[in-house]
Amino acid sequence: MKIVIINYGAGNIQSIKFAIKRLGYEAVLSNDVSEIQRADKVIFPGVGEASSAMKMLLNSGLDKVIPTLKQPVLGICLGMQLMCNSSEEGNTTGLGIFDVDVVKFDNAVKVPQIGWNKIENLKSSLFTDVPEDYIYLVHSFFAPLCKETIAQCSYGINYSAALKKDNFYGTQFHPEKSSDVGEKILENFLKM
Amino acid sequence: MLAKRIIPCLDIKDGRTVKGINFVDLRDAGDPVELAEIYSKEGADELVFLDISATEQKRKTLADLVYRVAEKVNIPFTVGGGISSVEDVDILLQNGADKVSINSSAVKNPQLINDLVAKFGSQCIVVAIDAKQINGEWIVHLVGGKVPTERKLFEWAKEVEERGAGEILFTSMDNDGTKDGFANEALARLSTELNIPIIASGGAGNKQHFTDTFIEGKADAALAASVFHFKEIGIQELKLELQGNGIPVRV
Repeated sequence: MKIVIINYGAGNIQSIKFAIKRLGYEAVLSNDVSEIQRADKVIFPGVGEASSAMKMLLNSGLDKVIPTLKQPVLGICLGMQLMCNSSEEGNTTGLGIFDVDVVKFDNAVKVPQIGWNKIENLKSSLFTDVPEDYIYLVHSFFAPLCKETIAQCSYGINYSAALKKDNFYGTQFHPEKSSDVGEKILENFLKM
Repeated sequence: MLAKRIIPCLDIKDGRTVKGINFVDLRDAGDPVELAEIYSKEGADELVFLDISATEQKRKTLADLVYRVAEKVNIPFTVGGGISSVEDVDILLQNGADKVSINSSAVKNPQLINDLVAKFGSQCIVVAIDAKQINGEWIVHLVGGKVPTERKLFEWAKEVEERGAGEILFTSMDNDGTKDGFANEALARLSTELNIPIIASGGAGNKQHFTDTFIEGKADAALAASVFHFKEIGIQELKLELQGNGIPVRV
């Protein structure tokens, strides 16, 4: 199985690569369009600021490529947010895969949310044999609940912890940093 | 609901853990990777590695360690100790660290916080603040609490937040090593005046101290070293007690 982690200059890619290795698979980092298109599974990571990450996607032309992919694609954290219509962070447009706009937590809660929160209301094969348990998150912006929500978290309000549309999946949390629960979710994705 | 975090801290020198660590089941008590794996299995929510070495090879040794930890450990970890530039942080994050913590370098050059946040995002920049009370006022100290600065704790913490740090790790030098509990009054004030997470550090001696710092100190996370290293408190039993006291924890 060929697993590609999209390398566009954003994020802690090493941790994802290691998590995949612990599951017995190998992933390659790539920004090469044909290599990404030929992969069996594509992981779209991202840590950092939305508008600058989006600029990196635009500069590399990957903004056009990612929405046309046919194999299972998993966006993680900022990767998931960039797959939405837009983000309030730097007022940027997104890839428009998930029909929802990313907004900022209000000051009723501490921002960023850092730590372990529970995923609930799980609705996808991504969560096969996964309990409603704690996963690790670190973020200031979130996707509200929408028709594509497949898991939710509560932090001041209920919001999307994971999204799915066709072959596209996104998790706000970091499966690669979410202990055994996260590894199971990653494994479910790799076995799709 | 967001859980309160328990964070063991490991002191590192030349790629090895320092201080005697009382884990009989360790093959190599000085191997930070093995210790990290054990803490992770016991239910630690996060780990902090504090590098206290001062050699020329420091940067490479630490980067190698970070790489080896990231390879094995599936919970987040923070690296601190002598980090003073955008380049230092870049190397550590590229090797797999989730967050870095800066301390003296931020006091000496506060703009560093802005520069790091602009390049890497708030979420991975922790600012550590060591302070102790002098004539009733909390004063920021450097070099592990030995050198007082002109800065006052609450003003500096506010500035750190405004410059974009994602989190504050507050160590009370008055409490550190006493095992008499955390500096809950100062912690509660930080937590109330600021809107970023606060990690409590310094003073953990028993399980009740953790309950107290989460309730009275309003801390978001609690960090300790020796009580975990010497197995005076097991992480799992600590979390069960916290849960029994109505504190949300990951068990």
